[in-house]
Order: sequence, then structure tokens, then C-alpha cells
Amino acid sequence: MVIDCKHVWNFISDYLDGTLTEEVRTVVQKHLEHCEICSAVLDSTRNVIILTADDRVFELPVGFSERLHARIDLELEEYRGE
Amino acid sequence: MNEPKTSNRTEAEMISAILGGETQVFHDLIRPHERSVYLMALSYMKNEADAEDVAQEAFVRAFRHLASFRAESKFSTWLISITLNEARTRLRRKMLVPMDSLDTPPDEDQHVSPALLRDWREIPSEAVERGEIRKLLQDAIACLPDIYRQVFLLRDVEEMNINETAAALNIGVPNVKVRLHRARMMLQKQLAPQLKAATQQSRRRWFPWS
Repeated sequence: MVIDCKHVWNFISDYLDGTLTEEVRTVVQKHLEHCEICSAVLDSTRNVIILTADDRVFELPVGFSERLHARIDLELEEYRGE
Repeated sequence: MNEPKTSNRTEAEMISAILGGETQVFHDLIRPHERSVYLMALSYMKNEADAEDVAQEAFVRAFRHLASFRAESKFSTWLISITLNEARTRLRRKMLVPMDSLDTPPDEDQHVSPALLRDWREIPSEAVERGEIRKLLQDAIACLPDIYRQVFLLRDVEEMNINETAAALNIGVPNVKVRLHRARMMLQKQLAPQLKAATQQSRRRWFPWS
């Protein structure tokens, strides 16, 4: 089985997650071995996922935790008062 | 605050302790989940102040309803569902957004074509230290349609598995996969060229030998 680039793109996400069937994975892998464009799509997608997963991308607002735990303390006090 | 021997307790043990009257333990129980709850609230509310309100309210509700938590689901998944409900209720109350825009299923035939780049060079994680790169990443995620962004945040940012994501969003596993795929492709399409341009300009700063 041979597949074209557009079909390979449909499998990129499952390929990265390792959720393709063995048969499809082999076909995709073969294509990737000699298709520079699809390899770049795969590598850049993986790279984008790694960068967005970095803890430094989204940080909690300054003082978020303090305010949250103060609010929780109020709630706990109210609860004990009941 | 008295700090009892909570650090080594499992989530289930902490929950029983809280229900048994050691309510202070709730602080420790929620600490690991602050970021994910805030991020999901932000993905709905679109501004920091409202997102923080929703996050606080979600944690308070979680405390009040802790007795109804069923151990067969994960505490993190349960918290996310509470957060999303809280966010939806607020948006409905404010009538800021027509609700169907949040819940409409995606068009199943819609394909997203990736950006085609011949020579992709890996961008190292240190790039995230630059504010400009963080802004590109944040903006690209913010621009995703809501239903894609939620799945992407839970799967790829909070690193929940497919089943947990499906449970938290109350959607099916196939939907999680389709939405995640589209979100990743949309991000690749927008970000790959931007990141490439932004890092090439300053490559010398990182690779003085190249």
C-alpha cells in the first residue's frame, strides 16, 4: 500500500501518540523515510507540542495561589461555623 | 496553619481525611491542580480576572460537594468538569457568548492542511524563555476554536490521557482524537513558519558557532 502526502497528514496526530494500527504505522513510516516534506510536518508538529507543553508558556497570575488559599480558608471557617 | 503528615498521603487518603473532618487537608489536595483548573477557566473566560474567579469558585464547589466525588473517576477529571460547568454557567448568565458556539460539534469533513517547510530545524525548549516566543505560543492557542483548544489544553498542555480528556469534557473518545488532531495541525500551520522566522533571526544568539 502506498499513500500520498495528504493521507499521511491525517495520521500525524495518531502517529505521534502511537495509536495507529501496526499496518498503517508501517505505511506511514515508509512514506516518511523518503518524503522530506512530510518528515518536516511531523517534526515541526512534535516540536510545537513540546514547546506548548512547557510550563513556562502559561503561568498563573501573580498572587493567584495566595488569593485562592485565602478564599478556601474563608470557606473552611464558614463550614466549621455551621 | 497546622501542617499534619499530609505530604505522603494519596489523593484518596486526603479525601477521606477531609470528609472525616480534617478540612485543612483540602489545601494540599488542590495544590497540584491549580494550574490546570485556571487554564481551563481561562480557555472559556478569555480574561485573567474572570478565569481566576471561576477557578476559585470551582475549588469552593469541589469542597462543598466532595462527599459526592466517586473514586472511580480521577479527582483531576472531576475538578475539570466542575470548572467547565462553572465557566459555562457564568457565560450563560453574562450572555456573552451564544452557547452553541461552545458546544457545536466540528464539521467532520473539514481538513486542516499543515504548513509545508522543507528544512525544519528543531527549536530547543530554551526558546520558551524568550517572551516573544511565549507570546507566539499563547496567541496561537488562544486563536484555536474553543472545542479544539479545550481538548488541546487537556491533552497536550496538562498531559491528561485520551480517556480522562473525554471524561472531563463529557465527549466521546473519537471526538477527542479528531479535535486533538485538528488543533495540532492548526497550531503547526500557524506556528511552524512563525517560530522558524523568529528563531532564525536570532539564531546567532543561541548558536554562536553557526
